[in-house]
Amino acid sequence: MTTPLISVRNLHKWYSSVHALKGVNLDVPPGQVCGLVGDNGAGKSTLIKILAGVHRPDRGEIKVDGRLVEITSPKSAMKLGIETIYQDNSMVPTMSIARNLFIGREPLRFAIGGLGLIDHRRMREEAMSAISDVDLQVRSADALLSELSGGQRQGVAIARAMHFKSRVMILDEPTNHLSVKETAKVLAFVRRLPAQGITGILISHNLHHVFQSCVRIVAMARGEIVLDRLVEETNVEEVSDAL
Amino acid sequence: MSQPVQPTVGGAVHSPRRGNAVRKLFRIYLEKPELAGVALLILLTLVFEIRSNGVFLSTENLRGILGLLPEVGLVSIGVTVLMICGEFDLSVGSMFALMPVSVALMTNAGVPFVPGMLLGLVIAALVGFANGFITLTFNIPSFITTLGMLFIVRSLTVVITGGFPPLLSSDLPIGIFTQFLGPGGILRASFIWFAIIALAAGAMLSGSNLGNWIHATGGFVDAAAAMGVPVRRVKMASFVLCSMMAGFAGTIQVFRLGAPLPSIGEGLELQAVAAAVIGGTALTGGVGTVLGAIVGALLIRVIDNGLVLSRVDANWFKFAIGALTISAVVANSWLRQTARRIKVEA
Repeated sequence: MTTPLISVRNLHKWYSSVHALKGVNLDVPPGQVCGLVGDNGAGKSTLIKILAGVHRPDRGEIKVDGRLVEITSPKSAMKLGIETIYQDNSMVPTMSIARNLFIGREPLRFAIGGLGLIDHRRMREEAMSAISDVDLQVRSADALLSELSGGQRQGVAIARAMHFKSRVMILDEPTNHLSVKETAKVLAFVRRLPAQGITGILISHNLHHVFQSCVRIVAMARGEIVLDRLVEETNVEEVSDAL
Repeated sequence: MSQPVQPTVGGAVHSPRRGNAVRKLFRIYLEKPELAGVALLILLTLVFEIRSNGVFLSTENLRGILGLLPEVGLVSIGVTVLMICGEFDLSVGSMFALMPVSVALMTNAGVPFVPGMLLGLVIAALVGFANGFITLTFNIPSFITTLGMLFIVRSLTVVITGGFPPLLSSDLPIGIFTQFLGPGGILRASFIWFAIIALAAGAMLSGSNLGNWIHATGGFVDAAAAMGVPVRRVKMASFVLCSMMAGFAGTIQVFRLGAPLPSIGEGLELQAVAAAVIGGTALTGGVGTVLGAIVGALLIRVIDNGLVLSRVDANWFKFAIGALTISAVVANSWLRQTARRIKVEA
């Protein structure tokens, strides 16, 4: 058996007195697209926020490629190749597409102590190629994000994750607020992740979305994993019952 | 990536030809909100020039306007940077007095000029640090923190002078700020300092990664944090910068006037916010430019001066600034909403 790309062991997280994660174990092999489902408060957001570096676990260990890692910040998650696309809070509406693509990772002409001048030409060129790589049609890389539709914004978020060569893409309810057509495109994109050598974790409320785009389904309830099956071995009823 | 993936809608919206010009104007406005201020500035300059029979653009009059601009301009730039970052500083008017008074007291006590100035800047930085630290640690609105600091700093300024304004020693090399320069002595040396600082601030805001982080932090703090921007440090830096700009500006004014009055800068905090807003800075954060801050500050100076030259009762000045501030914000929000509606309809 191949080494899991991401391996989580006995992960615990408390929010003051609330035990949000109660010893979660999860292995995701490379190239698998894994659907994570569960009700609000089931712990799925907590789990992915720990993987994305937004929260720190209180107990337990995380391995990437079999190597023990400490994910201390969003930046350290990105360095490990873990990119997260959130339903609504990964873009700054008042900034241009090009600037949004590179927030926190701007190409610099020079830098002293981490601060420096942005290489605008390179940023614009790379932004254009990142956008065309995901076949996103926009007026220009200088357009403000607030000009875009929800689907286009999600496209920019995906372009960003792809551009920075993510190995694991976590999509947190990426189809919320999207039209039916846009949702279909995002799900089609998720299905094609393995072909690009990317491992995916899709968080969704919608079981049908998960069944359409993932090969494996993991259900969480009350801070624990209650079901873990390949999609072909289960059905919507079984998963619904587990929740 | 060999295989193109299609995660999104095939997006570019096509508009009817008739609406194109209007949409273009709205787009320019959304991308460069300070241009409305520039247009108003040109218009008012023309009006005042005609109403004053050519006195407005005379060398003497411009010298008056441009002599004061560096002082209010620097404060406005600092406040603008902080507002882009999503925070407020109401203590700038008090800081405007504390630094020059401290510098005067220190130099009178025998501290040389340059260390005295640097220590003054350190004091300003500490006040900015306190503003940021209290705001971010206790998670309270900076409006409240800095309102408190407005009173605290003003009180300190009066207390350390013992109620009597200190004298400014005549051997200080204040000429590096007050010297007249250029044809007809139209500028003061302070203008050069102002120009250099403004250019540096402009380059920082639009050209550096720190500027990108300031915009992102004010535009949507959660997204900025999720992208790995050190939002807390970015905000702290903006608080410190804003306070230092205000202290430095006040010191320049005191050198020009020759007397460190503990009462200078009263009401300046609100004028600086007005200048920022008139220059297109959004109260909600994320939007604003150095050019906008300067245009806003200049507009206030031009209106002040132009009303006098046009023989309008000087008491109308505050009325005009108030009306302009409200109109600027109303226009901004109306234009933004309209721009959004046009986009949705297309």
